[in-house]
Amino acid sequence: MSIDSKNVARINVDKIRADFPILDLQVSGKPLVYVDNAASSQMPQQVIDRIVRYQKEEHSNIHRAVHYLSELATREFEAARVKVQHFLKAKESREIIFTRGTTEAINLVMHGYGRAFIGKGDEIILSGLEHHANIVPWQMLAEEKGAVIRVIPMNDSGELLIDEFKALFNNKTKFLALTHVSNALGTINPVKEMVAFAHKHGVPVLLDGAQAAPHHALDMRDLDCDFYAFSGHKMCGPTGIGVLYGKAHLLEKMQPYQGGGDMILSVTFEKTLYNVIPAKFEAGTPPIMAAIALGAAIDYLNEIGLDNIEAYEQELLEYATKKVSALPGVRIIGTAKNKAAVLSFEIKGVHPHDVGTILNSEGIAIRTGHHCAQPVMQRFCVPATARASFAFYNTTQEIDKLVDGICKVQEMFS
Amino acid sequence: MSDMRQLYQEVILDHNRKPRNWGSITGANRHADGHNPLCGDHIKLSMNVHDDKIESIAFEGHGCAICKASSSMMTGAVKGKTVQEAESLVEEFRGMTTGTLDPESQANHLGKLKVFAGVKDLPSRVKCAILPWHTLHAALHSEASASTEGVADPVPDSGMVA
Repeated sequence: MSIDSKNVARINVDKIRADFPILDLQVSGKPLVYVDNAASSQMPQQVIDRIVRYQKEEHSNIHRAVHYLSELATREFEAARVKVQHFLKAKESREIIFTRGTTEAINLVMHGYGRAFIGKGDEIILSGLEHHANIVPWQMLAEEKGAVIRVIPMNDSGELLIDEFKALFNNKTKFLALTHVSNALGTINPVKEMVAFAHKHGVPVLLDGAQAAPHHALDMRDLDCDFYAFSGHKMCGPTGIGVLYGKAHLLEKMQPYQGGGDMILSVTFEKTLYNVIPAKFEAGTPPIMAAIALGAAIDYLNEIGLDNIEAYEQELLEYATKKVSALPGVRIIGTAKNKAAVLSFEIKGVHPHDVGTILNSEGIAIRTGHHCAQPVMQRFCVPATARASFAFYNTTQEIDKLVDGICKVQEMFS
Repeated sequence: MSDMRQLYQEVILDHNRKPRNWGSITGANRHADGHNPLCGDHIKLSMNVHDDKIESIAFEGHGCAICKASSSMMTGAVKGKTVQEAESLVEEFRGMTTGTLDPESQANHLGKLKVFAGVKDLPSRVKCAILPWHTLHAALHSEASASTEGVADPVPDSGMVA
């Protein structure tokens, strides 16, 4: 996942763009340039068609009835789980829990694992790069239990300081929650090494993979993390669906997250027996359509190939970095050696929100703000940044438009 | 609004570059903090109100051009006004930027502040323009802080994404 080790991208971007109807949109009278993929990606026709087919021909509640539709929906839902299992190279499909998204997956681990196994005076390690979704649940736990949050610092490029990370471990350390790829800066953390180090101290690790899963081939057995969380809507799937991967032996000893239907074996008013995993963590009717659509999105990404996607996006990042860093008065924030295709920047003398509004008038969709990562903003002493984040359907021509747009902003504020 | 010059008029850019009444007033008897958690806009307002009149007013903080220019022009507009007059302006400004008051056809006292009329077409930016006015309202009522969220939210359906 680094520029140094890139493969040659085999991507037919014209053919790919034709799969995404939304990319034909005009915004402010100009062709849409959608470079806000780290917030949410767009959906190809193949996934849209799958949603329509499910709703027209397959919908029913799952795990409930003996009729045709219920059996069909159950089969497709469980097939989606297997697709996720293979996507993650997880050992077993029961290690795949469907959630509403990354945030719910992290909260599930906080409740199910954290509340059972983290107590007073125990320490939880987070990194300075985390999204609020991987900070706030742990703070809530720390407050409830009297546990302590320790934070891995970073350097001026936005890379975590590994020596300082190692120095944080002691016999009170009980958990490491770490982002795989920073949403605000694009930094790719050396998670495999960090997981191995944590395990040497007997500390389980949750990785927030929201920004990694859409761009990089994953292998849970190689990474060896204990939990991995990601969202469907950042990888060409719909909103409302996400995944928690967890090692079976940990999921089995965890407490359920929510109580309700489907997560039980039997209920009496005296005692309820919980179901086995993954059902234990999927109370209530799940987002069936969204899970099946996520399966279709995985098929779509596999068809192109995650290695191709990664190599092509690295080319885009390299091109954009070169163009944008050549502009006087523009500073790129986040210059880690290993980066995903995220370009956070600031234009001297112009607030990111003004940048975003003016770029929007050119049809260009970027994200401006603190990216739900206020500690990152504080680290770099900026209230907010402008962020362009690329996907495999973006082009160098679009990056040229982004660069022209930045020049227009500078002209207006000169 | 595709022509950005409609919004980023020279007067707004000028107030952004050289905000008037910048700073804080020592010994002020009214102050409030305004915060927009979506953008990170943050302004601190201090005033001296005597005999129902805003005698002095100053602001500092950080924000986008719309927020800074709106703050700067607001301080100029309410200085020397009575509390009641300032409150009327808050209401009129809010009406103009949320589309309930047409400053061209309905009576108002907005004057130069009409340069912000275009903001109403940009829902994500309405809060930037309104923040200083909320903060003024809070300061006049001696509330410690104002926010663009919650009950005071002018655009309640807007949210944040990662």
